[in-house]
Amino acid sequence: MNNVSIRTSGIRPAALWQFVQCQWLNLVRMPAYSLPTLLFPVMFYAFFGLVMIRGQAHYLLATFATFGIMGAALFSFGVGIATERAQGWFTLLRATPAPLAGVVAGKWFGAAIFAAIIVVLMEVLAAVFGGVRMHPGQWLGLVGVLVAGTLPFCLLGLGLGLLMSPNAAPAIINIVYLPLGFLSGLWIPVSQLPGWMQSFAEWLPPYHLARLALHVAGVQPTDVLLNVLVLVGFSGIFSLLVVVGWRRTRRSP
Amino acid sequence: MSADGTCVAEFRNVSFRYGKVQALEGVDLSLSRGKVTALLGPNGAGKSTLIHLLLGLLPVQAGSTELFGGSPQARLARERVGAMLQISGVQDNLTVLELIRLFASLYPKPAEPHRLIEEAGLTGLEQRRFARLSGGQRQRLLFALALVGNPELLILDEPTAGLDPAARQRLWRVIEQRRAAGASILLCTHYLDEAARLADRIVVLHRGRKLTEGTPDDIRSHVPSSLIRARSSTGLDAIGALEAVTTVDRLEDHVQVMSGNPTATLRDWLATDADLEVLEVTGADLETAFMALIDNDEKTIQEAA
Repeated sequence: MNNVSIRTSGIRPAALWQFVQCQWLNLVRMPAYSLPTLLFPVMFYAFFGLVMIRGQAHYLLATFATFGIMGAALFSFGVGIATERAQGWFTLLRATPAPLAGVVAGKWFGAAIFAAIIVVLMEVLAAVFGGVRMHPGQWLGLVGVLVAGTLPFCLLGLGLGLLMSPNAAPAIINIVYLPLGFLSGLWIPVSQLPGWMQSFAEWLPPYHLARLALHVAGVQPTDVLLNVLVLVGFSGIFSLLVVVGWRRTRRSP
Repeated sequence: MSADGTCVAEFRNVSFRYGKVQALEGVDLSLSRGKVTALLGPNGAGKSTLIHLLLGLLPVQAGSTELFGGSPQARLARERVGAMLQISGVQDNLTVLELIRLFASLYPKPAEPHRLIEEAGLTGLEQRRFARLSGGQRQRLLFALALVGNPELLILDEPTAGLDPAARQRLWRVIEQRRAAGASILLCTHYLDEAARLADRIVVLHRGRKLTEGTPDDIRSHVPSSLIRARSSTGLDAIGALEAVTTVDRLEDHVQVMSGNPTATLRDWLATDADLEVLEVTGADLETAFMALIDNDEKTIQEAA
């Protein structure tokens, strides 16, 4: 009975790998998540970025890719956590030695892989049909920035997922996701929005992630530090939402 | 943990409220190594709350809980516990083998997945996704997930709900094997035959309070009555008026009588019905004793109100 492990923190690499693998398999095998998450933003980019709005393929690659990764993060975490919480999966995991950070990290890797696929699919479309040309480092950099940029949206999704019922989650996530994308200038260039909307966009996190994406893609330079700080600030605010949701979950598992 | 290492978990004067609802009130409980403790109680008695507190899933509001001598929330303690909870789903799109491997990766000394699959009666279902398992197969998988870490304390919340008789028997055998190997088991069940067969000790909860605790025989002895079954032509009202009779029921062609003094009851009954036949006298079973305990407590509460 006393021959037990003395490890008290962290997660075994094998366990983290299992969580990543399982999260990925669960998402891929769920067409209701994987098809819309992968195809909708890519189709939107093809329709708006390549067909409807001419000459903006490079700019809209960065903004629609931002829109795509937001969806992957918000739906994976928001709907995923709300459903798992209601089913009891989350409670069962809490009764095991699995550290919460490991569970969340596994989920984040799953969302990050989806995000990377979305960006790469759009890059292929942009290169083949939009004539977009970038250095190899810029193609890769765009993927890297947007995958890292899933973090605040994963936190927002996690917070909402801890607070919402599984029935309400898809509707509420859509209410957050679609207006946030439009008002941040992800569907049409922000310069083409009315003046008040341009000012409003600066207060929204997707706008700042899109600025970074546009910068890395060589479309428009930006104040990188400012955009990063704003995103870190929003991550902090969304973390508070996670804390509120977590406390509520702990009171009534 | 107790000084001699026999106590693996302990509750001292634990109370818990969900808002205005008092779920547990002043509960003391001790789980011994290598013993099966059955937790009995009607719905809403506080059994699941007690299990959630023991697993560290709920914060302790009053009193204290210890698991392996420390906090139930400590990772070291959780590595030594396996829990089967009442949940409706896991990851629907993962297979039986994937889920068992995922859980195995969380523990320092996990069971071999294929051996566990055989033990839980899941052979042939390794590649089937959770969403495509029947209710009984899901229960068996959840049981396997509880066993995967080779736990020293196994917490089972209604493990045989929805299982067919053969699967119940298999699960009981596994529980008995684990106990024989030194594991402690907390079994929360509504099946009193299950508790009577498996439990070394029984704890009865009602309205968040511990009504009683003891061996199955101790619990049965709370009801001094005996059960008399016989075929009789005497009317129920007349039987009810016999000495020491507490309840009378007619079951098909038999009459079933609870009596505080079976000798006196039978003497009177035979005096009124000399043709009394198919006579059977037994002590109260666990279910009768459990129901009597709950009924008496309800009466006490209503009288106090």
